[in-house]
Amino acid sequence: MSTRAATTAIDARPWTGPWRRYDIIKEGVVALVIVSILTALFAAIFSSPDDAAITFKEWATSSPEAFQATAVQELAGTSGSATYGPPYNSNSDGLNVGPLYLQKWAGVRQGVDSANSFVIEPLRNGVQSAEVTAALAAWDKATPDQQMAWATAYDTALTDATAEDGSIDMTKVAAGDYGPVPALAAGLLALGQSGGLDGILTNGGKFFSTNTTNPLLFLGDGAYLEDAAVANHLGGGQWGMMNETGAFPGQAWLWLYSFWYQIPPFSDEAQEPFGANADAYIWVIMGLLSLLLMLLPFIPGLRSIPRWIPIHRLIWRQYYKTLK
Amino acid sequence: MTTTLPEATPAADDSKMWTARLRRSWERNLPPDKLLPDKQPAYVASWIYVFGVATLAALIVIVVSGLMLTAKGPSWYHDSSLGHFVNSLHFWSVQLFFIFMVVHLWGKFWMAAWRGRRAMTWITGVICFLASVGTAFTGYLIQTNFDSQWIASEAKDGLNSVGIGAFFNTENLGQALLLHVCLLPLVVGIVVVIHVLLVRKHGVVPPLDYAASSVAQSDQAEVSS
Repeated sequence: MSTRAATTAIDARPWTGPWRRYDIIKEGVVALVIVSILTALFAAIFSSPDDAAITFKEWATSSPEAFQATAVQELAGTSGSATYGPPYNSNSDGLNVGPLYLQKWAGVRQGVDSANSFVIEPLRNGVQSAEVTAALAAWDKATPDQQMAWATAYDTALTDATAEDGSIDMTKVAAGDYGPVPALAAGLLALGQSGGLDGILTNGGKFFSTNTTNPLLFLGDGAYLEDAAVANHLGGGQWGMMNETGAFPGQAWLWLYSFWYQIPPFSDEAQEPFGANADAYIWVIMGLLSLLLMLLPFIPGLRSIPRWIPIHRLIWRQYYKTLK
Repeated sequence: MTTTLPEATPAADDSKMWTARLRRSWERNLPPDKLLPDKQPAYVASWIYVFGVATLAALIVIVVSGLMLTAKGPSWYHDSSLGHFVNSLHFWSVQLFFIFMVVHLWGKFWMAAWRGRRAMTWITGVICFLASVGTAFTGYLIQTNFDSQWIASEAKDGLNSVGIGAFFNTENLGQALLLHVCLLPLVVGIVVVIHVLLVRKHGVVPPLDYAASSVAQSDQAEVSS
């Protein structure tokens, strides 16, 4: 028998040394009482975070220009969700890790048509002015190429009409052939400001809905949500995933996952291939690290660290004292 | 009229019954004194051992407060001060749970607690940790507030990038809600039970160098005899 096998056999056999009394049930009950009291104290003293959700009414009222610009990007197919790729559409391959295109291979499983789902259908489902109704009819009559030409032209015009602070100045929008797009964007803005879009986008014209993908994707396409998150130190470059609104602790256990987003090359989205595919690389890294942690007992070197750094001498100091 | 019951099958034939096998295996691996011990080896004398049971205690508080939130529905805690307090209990018990579990995990690492055929105990412990991270994450998704909007929007990219998002959509509130209150707690619960039973079966790992000192002692005994 090898030394390792002999050691394992000895460590595995029933203990033959001295024993001490140990009331496991009492220990459990005392622990439960103490933890319950601690939890109640924390809850009573510190409460818990609950900042109200952003509504489309709030976004459309606070940032009408940005709201309209996002609506136009949906029509032009240039928004984040419209160009996302799987699982929403096939407009890109998504991210990859070298030759592994996991996002693409998983396929389009939650099809989202940004232009129709976020702009056209909500307008159809609401009560509209004559101008918006006429714009919808013009949009429906046009060919897909014509629709794209109008929307792209207006998208570009809005992007170019920037004020000094970087926001959109509608008075600077150049004249052009934008077809019904400005009226559609203005119609969605009015619907948003009235509060009607919140219900329509969430329910999609159905009575019951538990799927919030469409409203969250549309909200995420604009900068309003991210700006609010950054103001609450929740941004991706601010260890966002492990933070919480206010001064509350968040998911601190995600610190290692958040850590990778803070350092190059993953912090630089323009860097190819690691920064541009940071999400995929970080998930693969975390998957491998999790596997490493799980299989630690079988990994030579790593499993010997506790022998080399004798913290166990503190844990079992009474035992080692008796050995002396 | 009386009926005659068939004679009981001879005990020798019982040995192949699944039920009898399971009972014998249970009795062999987890006799009552192992399952509910009233004594432990003398070396089990450190505060670090408290963190395992503290983790379980926090898990019980999480489950109880979670069941109260489940019974009243997902919007209760926004509209009611009692609901908000119960949500706070749930929130802080989760924080305590992770603190206790991480200290427990580090403690077991420095003890090299996988020794003596205890690797599966370690592995199930790590699975508990990972499953708990997933369960807590879905909890953050179903807060139905600004934080959950942002987390759903931000986290989808990571999951989508490796293909998981095609099956688990962070932006689908209904899916996240059911995963959080049903499927994932079931996974955590089952793995925790297996983990605890493995701890009871194999006992608490002996101190490092115990095996070496045992070999040295037996060598010495052989020499003196």
